[in-house]
Amino acid sequence: MTDSQASADGASEAFTAEQVRHLAMLARIGMTSQEVEGFRAELASILSHIQALAAVDTEGVPPTANGADLLNVQAEDAARPSLPVEAVLANAPQREADYFRVQAVLESS
Amino acid sequence: MSANEPDGWLTIAGAAERLRAGDVTSTQLTQASLERIRATDDQVRAFVTVTEESALEAAARADDLLRSGDAPSALTGVPIALKDVLMTEGVRTTAGSRMLDDLAPPYDATSVARLRAAGAVSVGKTNMDEFAMGSSTEHSAWFPTANPWDLERVPGGSSGGSAAAVAAGQCVASLGSDTGGSIRQPAAFCGVVGMKPTYGRVSRYGLIAFASSLDQIGPFTHTVEDAALLLQAIAGPDPLDSTCSGEPAPDFSAQLREGLDGLRIAAPRQFFECDQNDQRSGQGMDAGVAAAVEGALDLLAGAGAALDRGASLPSVGYSLPVYYVLAPSECSANLARYDGVKYGYAARGGESMWEDMEATRQHGFGAEVKRRILLGAYALSAGYYDAYYLQAQKVRTIIRREFDAVFEQADLIVAPTTPTVAFRQGEITDPYQMYLNDIYTIPANIAGLPAISLPCGFAEAGMPVGLQLIANRNDEALLLRAAHAFEQLGNWSSQRPMLGNANEQTDSASG
Repeated sequence: MTDSQASADGASEAFTAEQVRHLAMLARIGMTSQEVEGFRAELASILSHIQALAAVDTEGVPPTANGADLLNVQAEDAARPSLPVEAVLANAPQREADYFRVQAVLESS
Repeated sequence: MSANEPDGWLTIAGAAERLRAGDVTSTQLTQASLERIRATDDQVRAFVTVTEESALEAAARADDLLRSGDAPSALTGVPIALKDVLMTEGVRTTAGSRMLDDLAPPYDATSVARLRAAGAVSVGKTNMDEFAMGSSTEHSAWFPTANPWDLERVPGGSSGGSAAAVAAGQCVASLGSDTGGSIRQPAAFCGVVGMKPTYGRVSRYGLIAFASSLDQIGPFTHTVEDAALLLQAIAGPDPLDSTCSGEPAPDFSAQLREGLDGLRIAAPRQFFECDQNDQRSGQGMDAGVAAAVEGALDLLAGAGAALDRGASLPSVGYSLPVYYVLAPSECSANLARYDGVKYGYAARGGESMWEDMEATRQHGFGAEVKRRILLGAYALSAGYYDAYYLQAQKVRTIIRREFDAVFEQADLIVAPTTPTVAFRQGEITDPYQMYLNDIYTIPANIAGLPAISLPCGFAEAGMPVGLQLIANRNDEALLLRAAHAFEQLGNWSSQRPMLGNANEQTDSASG
């Protein structure tokens, strides 16, 4: 993990196509070369605006995770009815019996 | 109310009165709403789905309740519309995305279930920017929605359909969702009232998630009184949302008629500066918008509010970069669920599940959604987390503390809702320029504060201007009181777009 300053400086450099492909892989989004190029330019532009945050002195300031003063709202530990299996599977693109069907997850070897 | 004015122009309060008096039935109001949609939605395109059949069934049930004197709510029998980001059992819910082209949800959002229980009549689902990401409703996968005041212009977004439907008189009120201004900005653009409650006031259960620490559901109405009534129907604790406050909702209408006298209203100077060299402040505020908002400040002061123009939120200008780290980060996690396995669009035919998944997300998501997912994945990735996500959360704390300090000296904050009036379709193509639309609305989301936009005048080309009031957390009743009092100082809220008349002319010309 690099420290904050180094990371921010690194990002101010132009975004590379390789970085966009890596992010697309992480996010499981297929992408054409043309799309990669478009996002590269747009992300670089948006990030240049976001860089402004690096200038704020946040020494000793705790992070805020949400805007409310809520912390650990707990639900009662009681069973309640689940949705019927048929209702849950009704929107499945592919099903087999009571399962969602997908292509092979693991490579056959 | 003139005889030839369509019933759709009625307010919730007015409709409730007439329904109870037996002057009109819910079936009549619902038919008038559906008729108005048929007559105007070719132009406005506010609706993705119109649920005529179920609306008329709900109206018949409401009429039974009204006849028996058991109407549970002011909403009983009143035609409303729902943003297409709210889950509706058995009714197509798309969030404006190809990804959810054919989703028929197995359950209702809590807010929807509460409106149903109140006897409200949903006439349909309204158009929106895909997954609520946008400020113009041009980024719907289906079609853009037009602004009823000028069909060449956008209605704002992302809840553009809900705003336009109310402005066009297609329904009495509607629900939207607001993550960075998605209720207040379109309300300002369309000349209606739009409110974002305190974070945690309304359950997010069944709201298709965009940025979970910022999203809130809220009302679009013609009047502030109606906003209080609609909020009352949907607010309050919900065991199905662990971020929903356990505090019972107070009576939001209780203070409505107490006026402005003695209220301390801060006008932080950062919301009114026009520094052309600083994109983080009010760069690009239209002269017409500035004039209308300045006029509103004078009216507030004239009506007894103590205006403090010296108030300051020194770091509020960082709200936009904070938002464009936090919202994409949260969205990249929330939208990971769209994998083409359990529901929604699914590409098939790849060699493996992973190939199918990549193709599903390539073709199911539009460009703005992909842009934000990539940005979020970047901000959260190893080596950048501290510089972006953590830093943004710390700056968020600073902004919150500055709001808290202002609220020690003031009851409310006043600001413009938007820097410009509604822009023309296709006018803004650069993503960051589009983001700048929300420069005045995002701070309330960052700090979790309730805020309302209400009409305060007209500017360029007769387009409406919105005034924004922001209150401290859980102070909705006070917020609504001040907004209602301001509303009484002018007649902006009662002005309507010429849409109906224009259509009649077009119809007779073509017929």
